[in-house]
Amino acid sequence: MDWMFILISLAKILGVIFGIILPLVSYTVYAERRVSALMQDRIGPNRTGIPLSLIPGLGLKDRQMPLLGGMGQPIADAVKFLLKEDFTPAHVNKFYYWLAPCLAMVPAILTIAVVPFGSSLWGVPMVIANVNIGVLFVFAVASLGVYGIVLAGWSSNSKYPFLGGVRATSQMISYELSMGLSIIPLFLIMGELNLPKIVEYQIQHGWTIIPFTNLHSFAPGLYKHHTWRGWLNWKEIVMWVPMMISFFIFTVAIFAETNRLPFDLPEAETELVAGYHTEYSSMKFALFFLGEYAAMITGCSLIVTLFLGGWHIPGIPDGSHGWIWGLVNIGCFFAKVVALLLFFIAIRWTLPRFRYDQLMRLGWIFFFELALVNILITAGIMAIFPN
Amino acid sequence: MPPLLFWTFAALMLIFGISVIAQPNPVSSALSLVVSFIALAVLFVSLDAFFIGIIQILVYAGAVMVLFLFIIMLLDLRSGQRKKAHAVTVAGGILIALIFVAELGQVLHAFPEGNRTAPALGAPVQDVQSVGHVLFTSYNLPFQIVAVLILVATIGVVVLSKKELD
Amino acid sequence: MAITIQRPPLTLKEKLYVPAIFSGLATTLKHLVNMLLGKTHVAMQYPEEKWDSHLPSYYRGAPALVKDEHGRERCVACQLCEFICPPRAITIKPGEIAEGDKFRKVEKFPQAFDIDMIRCIYCGLCEEVCPEQAIFLQKQYAITGLSRAEMVHDKEKLYEIGGLKTGLVHKWNDKK
Repeated sequence: MDWMFILISLAKILGVIFGIILPLVSYTVYAERRVSALMQDRIGPNRTGIPLSLIPGLGLKDRQMPLLGGMGQPIADAVKFLLKEDFTPAHVNKFYYWLAPCLAMVPAILTIAVVPFGSSLWGVPMVIANVNIGVLFVFAVASLGVYGIVLAGWSSNSKYPFLGGVRATSQMISYELSMGLSIIPLFLIMGELNLPKIVEYQIQHGWTIIPFTNLHSFAPGLYKHHTWRGWLNWKEIVMWVPMMISFFIFTVAIFAETNRLPFDLPEAETELVAGYHTEYSSMKFALFFLGEYAAMITGCSLIVTLFLGGWHIPGIPDGSHGWIWGLVNIGCFFAKVVALLLFFIAIRWTLPRFRYDQLMRLGWIFFFELALVNILITAGIMAIFPN
Repeated sequence: MPPLLFWTFAALMLIFGISVIAQPNPVSSALSLVVSFIALAVLFVSLDAFFIGIIQILVYAGAVMVLFLFIIMLLDLRSGQRKKAHAVTVAGGILIALIFVAELGQVLHAFPEGNRTAPALGAPVQDVQSVGHVLFTSYNLPFQIVAVLILVATIGVVVLSKKELD
Repeated sequence: MAITIQRPPLTLKEKLYVPAIFSGLATTLKHLVNMLLGKTHVAMQYPEEKWDSHLPSYYRGAPALVKDEHGRERCVACQLCEFICPPRAITIKPGEIAEGDKFRKVEKFPQAFDIDMIRCIYCGLCEEVCPEQAIFLQKQYAITGLSRAEMVHDKEKLYEIGGLKTGLVHKWNDKK
């Protein structure tokens, strides 16, 4: 029994990390390059082909379908990163200089452990660690992510990385607050910190920000109280407001935590060369780079799990109806994640960077207070409509 | 949790705890403390106290020590700047440590529950709920007072850090 | 004196910032969709589409030697281009034209004429300084090679690139 548990967990870990997350990371980088290029009327990497994309009419020469070429780019990039000279400057603090890239990558991947990425497959729940304090675990591990950046900035012993590290620290601490506070309303409603149970709740009562996904036609028998127009009651309609506020604050906080534009102050190219990873090269740089994208994927998975119903899509049964549906559920989850990733990318190539004082003002004076007020609103609504 | 893991993490905690005071570099000291905290959190988790363990990481390793590190970096303390320990201070430190150990021994000796093996926990503990429940019923007043104290401290910091307008 | 610029006050919509995000997203997505539909044509697919037909008449590509319609090599090995070349890319080894040649009076011809294309900066000074109209910058821009030696254009290669040029002044031809 114990051995089975360990083996199954190991299979899930290997499957998720090497089967899904890491390929998704590399193809997010590719998507970033393609989408940014298309948004700027360029074409982007369209040469390095997997065999299919080199067939005329499918990719290379056909301008109507410029997306298929270049699907081999992530592999080429990885080879390039591995083969480049791994240069360690003489003035760095060697031990921490080597430690920092590892610390940047690990928390981002570790967080995925508690996220339910599917319903179940052959009766095995599709979450690596089903712990009761899932969300707190996410926050705890995410708060450790700042060490990689701080150490990189400090150990590089040079001014631009140091400024980047200092910026990253203050930014991540500031936005961690509003991130944590923004989802307290969810817990007030659901009374649950366990991520699979949060998804379960959303299946029963509708997604957090789209509360009518549990319509009669979609899930007959699940819906208990159809008082107003048959599908929503007043409480759910009023509760929509604080939920949208929560969603908004949480999404913005994820942007800030993952150092994405418009909050990419720690690595602002135009000001700080490359911020905290200026002195890094080769695979060590790649770890920072990929760690950032891995953090983005974990952030998106969290948004999907907390606000967008996790792996649930109305009308699609869960994994207990056959393994094919279990796979479909996993597909649904990552489809939502990919959609959010594309949104992140689109935002990056649309908005300019904030000024540093604007960033701090926004975090401390606007989002922090809004999140606090939001908790009060939610508690008030729960007091006014006691079921 | 197998005893092996307990001893591993207890040893890790102590080794890095000693390393906090032994390291010449302030940044190394701070990071040793972080590792020590994480090992301590693992011990908490092994006792099924998930909430306390995670809060240990979230608050101490994730927030307090980051601020410590931040300040150490901003002050730019170099390893050479650390003063040589004076013989009297070393002796005083050892004395205080010994007193603490003696007190601990005394307390453990006078605490009969410590000698008994506690019964294993049956059902999974809902520790977040229990902590919250106790906090808002039995310890409601102290909790509120602490909240007011923190508010006072926050306002104090804001007042102190505000520039004086002439 | 410092001039204070009065910034226009922001409207409520601008202050909220979020509507601006969506209008910005609309702009970028419009560009994306236009690219996907093939409505925008900006980038050139280089190896398939070449620059050749788009180059202006004054384009300065690789320098090369030319022959005139009489098949005479124009260069007289005066070495002016060798001296003027800013990166010193040109090396000329002059030789004497043999007795009995039709153009014996020209006296000199280049035994070897090397242009190191790694050094060449395509400035065109060699063309400008040449008193014999012998060296011209061509439209060739894709100069490649697998080694340093391959990147040095020798005389043969230079005539191959330059080819034949008509309409030049023939000052060495015999008067009638």
